[in-house]
Amino acid sequence: MGKRSKVIERDEVVVRFSGDSGDGMQLTGTLFSYTSAIFGNDISTFPDYPSEIRAPQGTISGVSGFQVHFGHTEVYTPGDYCDVLVAMNPAALKANAKWMKPGGTVVLDVDSCDEKNLRKAGYETNDPIAESKLRDYNIVKAPITTLTKESLKDMGLDNKSILRSKNMYALGLVYWLFDRSLDHTKEYIKKKFAKNQLVVDANVKVLDDGYNYGNIIQALTPSYHIHPADIKKGKYRNLSGNVAVAWGFLAAAEKSGLELFLGSYPITPATEILQELSARKDLGVKVFQAEDEIAGICTTIGASFAGNLAVTTTSGPGLALKGEAIGLAVIAELPIVIVNVQRGGPSTGLPTKTEQSDLMQALYGRNGESPAVVIAASSPTNCFDYAFYAAKIAVEQMTPVILLTDGFLANGTQPWRLPNMEEWPKIEVPTADVNDKTWHPYKRDLEKMSRSWAKPGVAGLEHRIGGLEKDEHSGAVSHDALNHQRMVEIREEKVQKIANVVPELELLGDEDADILVVGWGGTFGHLFTAVDELQSEGHKLALAHFNYIKPLPRNTYEVLKRYNKIVVCELNLGQFADYLTMNFPDIQTLRFNKVQGQPFTVIELKEHFKTLLEE
Amino acid sequence: MAENCQVKFTEFKSDQSVKWCPGCGDHAILNSVQKAMAALGYKKEEVAVISGIGCSSRFPYYMETYGFHTIHGRGSAVASGVKVANPELKVWQITGDGDALAIGGNHFIHTIRRNIDINVILFNNQIYGLTKGQYSPTSKRGFISKTSPFGTVESPFRPGELCIGARGQFFARCIDTDIKHSVVMLEEAARHEGTSIVEVLQNCVIYNDKTHNAITDKKHSTDRTIKLEHGQPMIFGKEKNKGLMLDGLNLKVVTIGEEGITEDDILVHDAHCDDITLHLKLADMEYPEYPVALGVIRSVQAPVYDQCIEEQLEAVQEKSKIKSFTDLIHSGDVWDVE
Repeated sequence: MGKRSKVIERDEVVVRFSGDSGDGMQLTGTLFSYTSAIFGNDISTFPDYPSEIRAPQGTISGVSGFQVHFGHTEVYTPGDYCDVLVAMNPAALKANAKWMKPGGTVVLDVDSCDEKNLRKAGYETNDPIAESKLRDYNIVKAPITTLTKESLKDMGLDNKSILRSKNMYALGLVYWLFDRSLDHTKEYIKKKFAKNQLVVDANVKVLDDGYNYGNIIQALTPSYHIHPADIKKGKYRNLSGNVAVAWGFLAAAEKSGLELFLGSYPITPATEILQELSARKDLGVKVFQAEDEIAGICTTIGASFAGNLAVTTTSGPGLALKGEAIGLAVIAELPIVIVNVQRGGPSTGLPTKTEQSDLMQALYGRNGESPAVVIAASSPTNCFDYAFYAAKIAVEQMTPVILLTDGFLANGTQPWRLPNMEEWPKIEVPTADVNDKTWHPYKRDLEKMSRSWAKPGVAGLEHRIGGLEKDEHSGAVSHDALNHQRMVEIREEKVQKIANVVPELELLGDEDADILVVGWGGTFGHLFTAVDELQSEGHKLALAHFNYIKPLPRNTYEVLKRYNKIVVCELNLGQFADYLTMNFPDIQTLRFNKVQGQPFTVIELKEHFKTLLEE
Repeated sequence: MAENCQVKFTEFKSDQSVKWCPGCGDHAILNSVQKAMAALGYKKEEVAVISGIGCSSRFPYYMETYGFHTIHGRGSAVASGVKVANPELKVWQITGDGDALAIGGNHFIHTIRRNIDINVILFNNQIYGLTKGQYSPTSKRGFISKTSPFGTVESPFRPGELCIGARGQFFARCIDTDIKHSVVMLEEAARHEGTSIVEVLQNCVIYNDKTHNAITDKKHSTDRTIKLEHGQPMIFGKEKNKGLMLDGLNLKVVTIGEEGITEDDILVHDAHCDDITLHLKLADMEYPEYPVALGVIRSVQAPVYDQCIEEQLEAVQEKSKIKSFTDLIHSGDVWDVE
């Protein structure tokens, strides 16, 4: 390894790989993040791709990006602005220029900057760097296409395959920039293309050549040095929010001794959960790809009636379609988990973008008084925890539970310390007692107010349930007025009692903060980083972040009432703030809302909090 | 067979009072189902009766088995979930022409296409009864109802055609009040592995009385219906002298003894034939051009969804090294932090 001319020591760095949606940027980014994680950095990643499978080549709408934030310290978000941008074409440059950190590095494939591509990207001149006001940045104008062709000219590959290897050339160059080993990526290439030695050789060669190119041109560009992070010892793997949800259910099935059933219909950005569980036949998962969203939940309700741990997965529009059936699970008091990976709405909205605008739908989007538990995960890896606890609450309390994640959590990844499953709690299944002479389907455990689960197949517990109101004392159909009111109240009381088993709200930051920042769900990383950074700059702030929405943690009011200035930050027009006001009318809150299909940036949060601190 | 079974048909009756209108065809069907279950030797606890919404869908409450009265149109989706979750159960779905063919049309065809082992009893009275008299997807064109005071301007579904078109492998038809024949049809449906559709021509005494009368009236039914039996010639009529023959690609009604036609010229019913051509023709026969076909029109063995799921699980589990959740998380790209 050659001596490095200019080295920048940094605690953390954000790299974005960006190109046409056919350029293989998702894979490039994923491989880079793996290598960084194995090196010992803490990482957080986020893909950003268009909803079209192949949008017109070379245009801004066809740009696909993958951002990796890695550091010597813990990182909680994929980062707002990039230190390094790899742009495979002018459109990628144009789309991301505004996300560059001052003084950052841009690696641009200059071969792609012909007149045609520049116009397609919307550049008016032939100098995209100047036009995007990037002159003061470190620009690495690399002829990646030419160099890739040169590198592979004697390998006997067709032109298309050669061009497809451009991303590995760029990756090799970026590895040089960060002084990273190529081993993991080479291993990956060998495994992935095991059946085609030529492709393996070609990819390994361009990767090496890209790396060496960095070495050769080093006088032109600084390289970055990020030391390993101080991370808790153990075994780790990279985990995305969607896979984490799937795995949380697998863990819950094992801990409850129940078979896992998933009834689902593909929908962006939730489909990956369905795909992951479809592949888990080895663990006995029964997956039913339904004809529509309604059948997705109705098969789930059927499987729950028959005694499985039954879950369904969807995104906002699908949750709307499932509303009536959730009501059935509420009145039948059957345990199911409904995962809603939120995306931009209403209607089809922004399918590949993130938002938190389904909160009210999750809480109230059904006919009648129809209480369900609502839980929200707040990081890609804790999607595992909350899927597990959603299943545990559903089964133990005999209730539907809605688990909210979002596109940002679903596709983002973090290193996940492998849990020791022996340390995780059991899930107690409230099986009906066949020897109880007074048993009926709606007989309740008075402490929890929940009924027991009598699974078909057991002699002596034959019973009928359904969507019609039932008599409190016998479980038979009842149209009695007072009984209905009583049952409505019981179903609400049952859900509220779950607050007894939900952890208290934790306050992060200063007890005597001047501002309490309140958030829920997927915004945690950005809110925490903003609060943390402002604290280290000498400001007094605290963060109260909610994972349990219904019921709210029992100390919620106590925490909120201590602060005069509360700002509720969410990616909608203020749904959680409204919900808090509904629950605690004397608590006044300020709001900070963003509905752009994008996560908050730490910078915009900090700026806003600073303004509030000065007021 | 009924003598040998452990559970008497009366034991399948729940303690709930039956709330259908007096004279409703549903009473007879309830009776037939209970008799069929007893004849099949079912145990009460192994039966799950699932329904959607409509008059017929109150059915589970009247059965001393496991039962689930769900939401409109979704009975077959819920029943599919029950069967896949526990394939040991005998899953019966009760539905009507509105529940199955209007709001639940999508689930109906996809359940059939998958060939999940559930027995669907489709009560066809060509009317919405529970909402008090609107036309249904099986009401005949021009039918006058509260929502079609000038007659409908839409063509009805033919349940048999829809079932076979959705790649259905079992379709039978019977008349509500013909309990003896209905019991046989239900038993056949139950024994068939895969989705079985039994269309019961059911009379709604209040909103569509005598809708099937032209064919179900005892005076005419032997002349206007044909009870198909596998392996038997397609002969019908009071005198047992009418039959069905092929005329090009169509069926035609002939009289034995006329124009030199003998019994040997009459088609023999093959319910097990994989090809759907003749089954469709039979299922589509309408009075007065043809007799309406009763009996098992189609009964063909094909891969059964819930069985295939079980087989696939076993096959994968046998080969896989991943036996537990802990095995799974330790497989693949894992690294150590020292």
